[in-house]
Amino acid sequence: MSTLSISGLNVYFSTEDGPLHALKDVGFDVPERRIVGIVGESGCGKSTLINAILGLLADNGDIRSGEIVFEGMRDLTKLSARGMQDLRGLRISTVFQDPMGALNPVLSVGRQMTNIQYRSGQSHSEKVARAIEMLKLVRIPDAENALARYPHQFSGGMKQRIAIAMALMMEPALLIADEPTTALDATLEVTTIELLKDLQEKIGCSVLFISHHLGVIAELCDDVVVMYAGEVVERGTVRDVFQRPSHPYTRRLLECDPARQTQRTRVLPTIPGEIPDLRARPAGCVFAARCLDRHDGCDQHQPERSVSGGHAVRCNLVGSRQTQGEQA
Amino acid sequence: MLNYAIKRLGLSVAIVSLAMFLLFCMIYLVPGDPASVALGPRATDAMKEALRVKMGLDQPIWVQFMNFFMGAWTGDLGEEVLSGRPVLDVVFEQLPYTLVLIAGGISWSVALGIPLGCWAAIKRGSLADRMVGILSVAVIAVPSFVIAIYALLIFSVTLRWLPAIGAGEPGDVGDQLIHLILPSLAVGLGWVGYIARMVRASMLEVLEASHIRTARAFGLPDRTITYRYALTIAILPTITLLGVGIGQMLSSAVFAEIVFARPGVGKLVYDAILTRNFPVVTGAVLVTTVIFVLLNLIADLIVGALDPRVRSSF
Repeated sequence: MSTLSISGLNVYFSTEDGPLHALKDVGFDVPERRIVGIVGESGCGKSTLINAILGLLADNGDIRSGEIVFEGMRDLTKLSARGMQDLRGLRISTVFQDPMGALNPVLSVGRQMTNIQYRSGQSHSEKVARAIEMLKLVRIPDAENALARYPHQFSGGMKQRIAIAMALMMEPALLIADEPTTALDATLEVTTIELLKDLQEKIGCSVLFISHHLGVIAELCDDVVVMYAGEVVERGTVRDVFQRPSHPYTRRLLECDPARQTQRTRVLPTIPGEIPDLRARPAGCVFAARCLDRHDGCDQHQPERSVSGGHAVRCNLVGSRQTQGEQA
Repeated sequence: MLNYAIKRLGLSVAIVSLAMFLLFCMIYLVPGDPASVALGPRATDAMKEALRVKMGLDQPIWVQFMNFFMGAWTGDLGEEVLSGRPVLDVVFEQLPYTLVLIAGGISWSVALGIPLGCWAAIKRGSLADRMVGILSVAVIAVPSFVIAIYALLIFSVTLRWLPAIGAGEPGDVGDQLIHLILPSLAVGLGWVGYIARMVRASMLEVLEASHIRTARAFGLPDRTITYRYALTIAILPTITLLGVGIGQMLSSAVFAEIVFARPGVGKLVYDAILTRNFPVVTGAVLVTTVIFVLLNLIADLIVGALDPRVRSSF
């Protein structure tokens, strides 16, 4: 059974210039106890996807169709606002990107950590004990006294670890991590990733890990979902996608990863062009305008094609002809 | 917190000293000889000279300033021209009326302004939001003495619901409160608008903050998020604004006291100006300055108590 199973998800935003089709036919699974990475450049719909799962879409956002099935039984798109609130923080937790702003500046860390346990039915001292236990788990020094302190008295890395402690305190079934390490420097990034993996194993939750850092995805995740302009263009296990990238976008993305550069160069490779205007989505492949493998078939509807078990791609070059392994 | 309070108190002392200096300069620069003004046109030169010596006006300017400065800090603000009573006593006699009036004005503005601002922010873009916006601008735009006069005409003269003049029977709290309603409304109504707009603006800003998104993602109830997570932050600039606004309320109090014939510092200054009782004018202005600085200090201490970032940055 999957912890989270998304299928055919379409999200629109109403704007002054007409409807914006932010997510189109998005579908993937987050199996139990696995870490699924979502990768894509800015504006690919990662944040919209998180908000759709959490039921926190802005007022002008609307889920037109699709299902988000949680733990095999509840369709989150059909849940009431109240029902969604009951799941958030208890069964589905989130760590956000910005550790500086993620905690309330005028409430002590202890107050915030006990407040989110308001549904636990425990006494205040039990909640405090639980908060201390979690802070110790994320290696906050002097955890007992840390509770009385305020967010601005901690460093960025510590704040992010506190945010992780808060997110995992109620032992959720699903942890959504929205670029949790992007704002941290490289050494902190590694320790935070290790901590996250450690805690995930301890608690046994599934993780949806959003990042644009391919190295982190490869290191941490079991499966990966590649998103482009609000569509899933490729998905599969990390091994399949990283070793046999089958969508031209995935290949370009991997080529652009600075960590993969083997030769000294003054100019790092980029993908020329921009994400299309989502108010006028192309009928065919959404990446066609920037694609090196552009052909006539690009203008047709792109259904998901299976490369191998669990590895799927939205590109009609797959299957119709042998995919070229390496272009560069 | 204690450290912050001590530093902030030191700053207040400096501000009051500076205000005293400015006040002294202004008195010194006012044209005309204070002794001649005090004694009137029929006084002889000898009488004027005697008063000049008594007032210390024959001393060098820096001695005069030091006398004024030290006197003011020790509570000696000189004597009233006509009765010879200490100015401080005269001002303190009237001060409670004005303080109660200001407190009434603040109560109106806080009790109406904060909920209205919150409501408008939560219902952003709705009819309610727009109504609050229009009403806010309207009450800000109308001068307080106009509100005072119309309130008097409507509620006292036409409807006869509330008393028109005076501060109520001494010792009868109920009667005094009834007499307080209209004057304090005149002082505070404009500030209902300011505070509603300020709270709305800062609420909207705070509700967009990422820590509010985090709070929602943790499934905290809307009430907790609005009042404990957002309003405690959104209220901070409003408290500072209110501290400054007390200065404006003090000047509105002058009009309110005159229109409603209430005793108070405003009325005292007004009468003192008409009778050229300058020691009372300076004394009252100085006491008002101290009150203003003190209330600002209290506002800052409240902000410090609510915002840990302010405490540690001092």
